[in-house]
Amino acid sequence: MASLTSLFLTFAKIGAFTIGGGYAMIPIIEREVVDKHHWIEKEDFLDLLVIAQTAPGILAVNMAILVGNKIRGWKGAVVSAFSAALPSFIIILCFAMFLSQYKDSPLFVKIFKAVRPAVVALIAVPVFNLAKTAKVTWKTCWIPIVAALAIWQFGISPILIIIVAGVAGALGALIEKRKTTQQK
Amino acid sequence: MIYLQLFLTFFKIGLFGFGGGYAMLSMIQYEIVEHHAWLTSTEFTNMVAVSQITPGPIGINSATYAGFLATGNVLGSAVATLAIMLPSFIIVALLALIISKVKNNVYFNGAMRLLRIAVIGLIAAAALLLINEENFGAGCRDIISWLLFAATFVATKWLKVHPILAIVIAAVVGIIIY
Repeated sequence: MASLTSLFLTFAKIGAFTIGGGYAMIPIIEREVVDKHHWIEKEDFLDLLVIAQTAPGILAVNMAILVGNKIRGWKGAVVSAFSAALPSFIIILCFAMFLSQYKDSPLFVKIFKAVRPAVVALIAVPVFNLAKTAKVTWKTCWIPIVAALAIWQFGISPILIIIVAGVAGALGALIEKRKTTQQK
Repeated sequence: MIYLQLFLTFFKIGLFGFGGGYAMLSMIQYEIVEHHAWLTSTEFTNMVAVSQITPGPIGINSATYAGFLATGNVLGSAVATLAIMLPSFIIVALLALIISKVKNNVYFNGAMRLLRIAVIGLIAAAALLLINEENFGAGCRDIISWLLFAATFVATKWLKVHPILAIVIAAVVGIIIY
């Protein structure tokens, strides 16, 4: 049985050393809790991953909650989630304090002036990568286009788009089900 | 009451944040730049740059950063970060109870399938909203900015250059040419 201290140390380490966000963290969480500490079985880990990926929210936090809960109940869930977030919190806080102090220094102005267009490209790349993995076809490509235009040109809230897409997806499934039962 | 507003805003983002870090980024941008104007577009883009080169999930990084800039203190960071994490505890617990039932439910899967496609539009909107005068010069016609955009796009999409390296290169270029 893992102690809360070892859960804290393990998830703080995962939070402190994984750059690249949620998807980069999953294999590292697996290595720590399955291969190294043997706290949970690989099969259970994969079941938890399905839940974490289905749920909204931050993937690494979802996974920390589920793994922590599996090992040490609700206390484990709280400790794991907060220790996974703690390193980011501290590091970003230092950056934010430092930068708000020196944001007008010529050096930082130069750096960020060049970095900002690069960052926009880093956000644009996953659009095309995800279009491939989500299997967007010529028949469905209007959906992300309409969603993007609604937000970009008409100021519609992305959260509203998410709600509408969820409801429409369920309704679509209902209509399809009706059709197939009528044909029978 | 900025702290209550911060809490409610990031709680909402945690609650509806489907589709990973970049999709959440689109919600964060809408709420804190377009809606509440807690950050300027320039500050938001700088924040994304910092989140990219520091460890940890982008959702935590941006909540912490935005909370600090909105209030100017640590409490703002703590409130925003706590608020974006909180819904996960409730939803994940609920979902763990019903996952075996909903896994093969046609309506649930229909909703998830459309969500995954719509999320791509969210990320596209985030990128499009950042193509503005703050990032690409007057009239969005600054050639150097567009060259940096194009080079980074090509390097990370096709040449497998790591995003951190791309940002570091852009920073060095900035120091040299500006």
